[in-house]
Amino acid sequence: MKLNMTEQGDIVTISIDEERMDAHNSGDLKEKMLQLFDEGKCSLVIDLSAVRFIDSSGLGALVSGFKNASAREGNLKLCCLQPQVRSMFELTRLHRVFEIFTNQDEALNSF
Amino acid sequence: MSREVKVDITVPNQTKYLGMIGRIGESIAYSLKSFQGNRRELAYHINLVLTEALANAISHANEFDPDKDVRVLISASDQELKIKVFDQGLGFDIETLSKLKAKASDEGGRGVQLIFKLMDKVRYLREGDCNVLEMLKYLH
Repeated sequence: MKLNMTEQGDIVTISIDEERMDAHNSGDLKEKMLQLFDEGKCSLVIDLSAVRFIDSSGLGALVSGFKNASAREGNLKLCCLQPQVRSMFELTRLHRVFEIFTNQDEALNSF
Repeated sequence: MSREVKVDITVPNQTKYLGMIGRIGESIAYSLKSFQGNRRELAYHINLVLTEALANAISHANEFDPDKDVRVLISASDQELKIKVFDQGLGFDIETLSKLKAKASDEGGRGVQLIFKLMDKVRYLREGDCNVLEMLKYLH
């Protein structure tokens, strides 16, 4: 999975540079997040603007990141969801779990 | 003249084929001119159920065995869209899986539930020496 990372203070933004997040590539995101948590970087923004499709594994990877960040007194927030991706969060009721923002700035300013 | 579209494809038991199969399903959904609903949404849902069913077959049923294959059969008429995903494994209890409710904090367990939620009829059968996950979507 192609991931682009930027850091602003304590917050790491991971932009998913893939059209699909599925059972084939979601493990890469989980691994990258665990690596960041091990480095003490527990405040994450995940930018999903390039993602057109997400399946249950992709959602599971984000839930994993959210749980691990919360357990370390950090947070994981989402931004820039395409409408079809947003509808998956609603279908699974995960929009009640995650803080979801329309753009990166809003997400960064919310910490 | 038959107005039915049929696609029969077999891929190696690897998750790298999920995108390819999902996109084929999406294309078929967009071609269903008689469907009066939101075709974009239908296309996404067909992509999703194919991805979930194939990932299940590869991991749970075929246990990532590289020597196995997964066969996918998609047929579409004016009335319905039928998807069959064949695996060569020991199978799994789909009824039990469908009844489990994933909690918000659960990382897994949503795949089969999404299939049941988005399709009108779902069965898991034995056909010859394979198991078949059969999913039906009524188009009217």
